[in-house]
This record gives sequence, structure tokens and C-alpha cells, in this order.
Amino acid sequence: MNCDGVIREISNYLDGELAAAIRAELEAHLEECEGCMIVVRQTRYTIEIFCNEQSIELPTEVRTRLHEALRRKIRNPGT
Amino acid sequence: MGTSVHCVTVISGCGDSSFIALGASLNTALSTSRPHRLPSTVVREDEPVLVAAAKAGDAAAFEELVNRYERKIFRLTMNITRNHEDAEDAMQDAFMKAYSHLRGFQEDSRFYTWLVRIAANEALMRLRKRRPNQFSLDEPVEGEDDLIPREIEDWGPSPEQRYAQSELHGILDQAIDQLDPDFRTVFVLRDIEELSTEETAAIVGISVPAVKSRLLRARLKLRQKLDRYMRDRKPN
Repeated sequence: MNCDGVIREISNYLDGELAAAIRAELEAHLEECEGCMIVVRQTRYTIEIFCNEQSIELPTEVRTRLHEALRRKIRNPGT
Repeated sequence: MGTSVHCVTVISGCGDSSFIALGASLNTALSTSRPHRLPSTVVREDEPVLVAAAKAGDAAAFEELVNRYERKIFRLTMNITRNHEDAEDAMQDAFMKAYSHLRGFQEDSRFYTWLVRIAANEALMRLRKRRPNQFSLDEPVEGEDDLIPREIEDWGPSPEQRYAQSELHGILDQAIDQLDPDFRTVFVLRDIEELSTEETAAIVGISVPAVKSRLLRARLKLRQKLDRYMRDRKPN
């Protein structure tokens, strides 16, 4: 496998969805190619940081409006 | 329903860092190839009891479910629409529909997963309405060449070590905001909400190979965006 092949399979590799033979080929390439090793590591890290660190606020007024609407819905389920 | 004063709540799945050292050895990197996600803090054992009570008409039980998931659902609708008004409307309509259709919920999946499907559909509907020309069911026309990273450099210290938390949140927000809606939606559903490829395909209305293709592009583009920040703030 060459560098382009690693990039095309990087998602499947990180998700553990590669067939054993292709995975072995890819890992053999990584052992010899520092650039691809770095890209694999950085891509995995990118997923982790978005999953674990992304922060979005739920503003108080948005939450209040949600609960008011739900209360109306519960009182009048047909609406 | 809770009517007390509520503080602004920050949504984040993170506690301490799950960062795998960027300078890790090859063996370490290979043995931990699957991205590590911090466990969700909202899954609780009493969820089936609450769902059963809510289905039987217990409004307080439904309210408790809303309390648990409102922040995550708002994060989801914001991530897909990237528009505050649309995100609020999508979240509100998602909970309304969940309440109306609760008796039809078969409990063959988690309540939260069912809710995510409803909310994602609501958000996508609004995104498509607002940006009809920016959302497609077709494959991207770009070739493969744009995916290949150039000038690869190790990042050194992790972003968490290099940036203050608020600065880091701003960077992540900007990076995801700049992502094409097609790619962003798939990334959000697969990597942030952890839906399966098949579930994501069904929600977005595209094929499984298209989900995989968009996810690959989304991940590489986000890596590229983070790479720019990391190079800008390279320690001397």
C-alpha cells in the first residue's frame, strides 16, 4: 500500500472496518512512513477532540421557551 | 415542568483530556487505533423506567427525559444547522414530536438514539430549506487529490496544552462552521453522536458508501483545519 492508499482507507482503519489483510498492509506501510503515521495519529486525535471538547451553550432563555412549549403541549396534546 | 431559574449550561462530553500523546510510539499508536471517546454522562440505568412511565402518560417522567437530553439535542441541532434560530426550532419540534409519538417508540433502540433521529431530521429539514443549493444527495465532485495532506508536520504539544479552553472551543467551533454542510452533517451524526453508518445513511437519505466517503473527507478536512492552527501556534 502507498501513501494515497493509506489516506483513502484512513477512516475505515480508524473505525476498525478494514479486512485483516488490508489492515496488515496499511500497518506495514505505517511502520516505514512517518508522514502517514503522523496523519493517522492527527486524524484520530481530531475525532477525539471534537467528540470530547466541543462545547455549545444552551442559553437559559432557549431552555425556558422549550419547557413552556412542552407544558402547553402536555396540557393540550392535540395541538 | 421546571420553572426555576436555570443557569446557562455548557455542553461538553469531556472531563479530563482523553488525549493520546501525539509523540506516542508506533506500537502505542497502532494498538489504540480506534478513536477514544469519553463515556457519555447522560446514560442512566433508570431510562427504561422513565420511558415506560412517560409512555403511560407521566408528564414528569417525560420532563426528566427532556432535562437529561436537551443540551445534547441542542448541540446536535446547532452542529447541523449552524444557525441559532433553526437550532432552537428544530430542538423544540423534536421534543414535541417525541412526546406526540412516544407510544410508538418500540424500545428496540435507546430512547436517546430515537430522539437523535427525530432531531437530526428536524435540523436537516431546516438546513435544506435555508441552504437549498449547499446540500446535496450526490457524491462530491472533487477528486481524490484534495484529500492528500501536504507538508506533514507533527503537532508537538496537543491543542489542549497549547490553547486555553475557551480559545480551543472557539477554534473547534470555527473549524466545524467552515465545513461543507454535507460533510459536517455526516461527521456530527457518526463521530459526535456515534450513530452507525447505516443509521446515518437512513437519516441523511444517502447510501452507505456515500456516508463513508463524506466521513473520510470531513475528518481529513477538520484535521487540515486544526493543522493550520497548530502551525500558527508552533512553539519556538
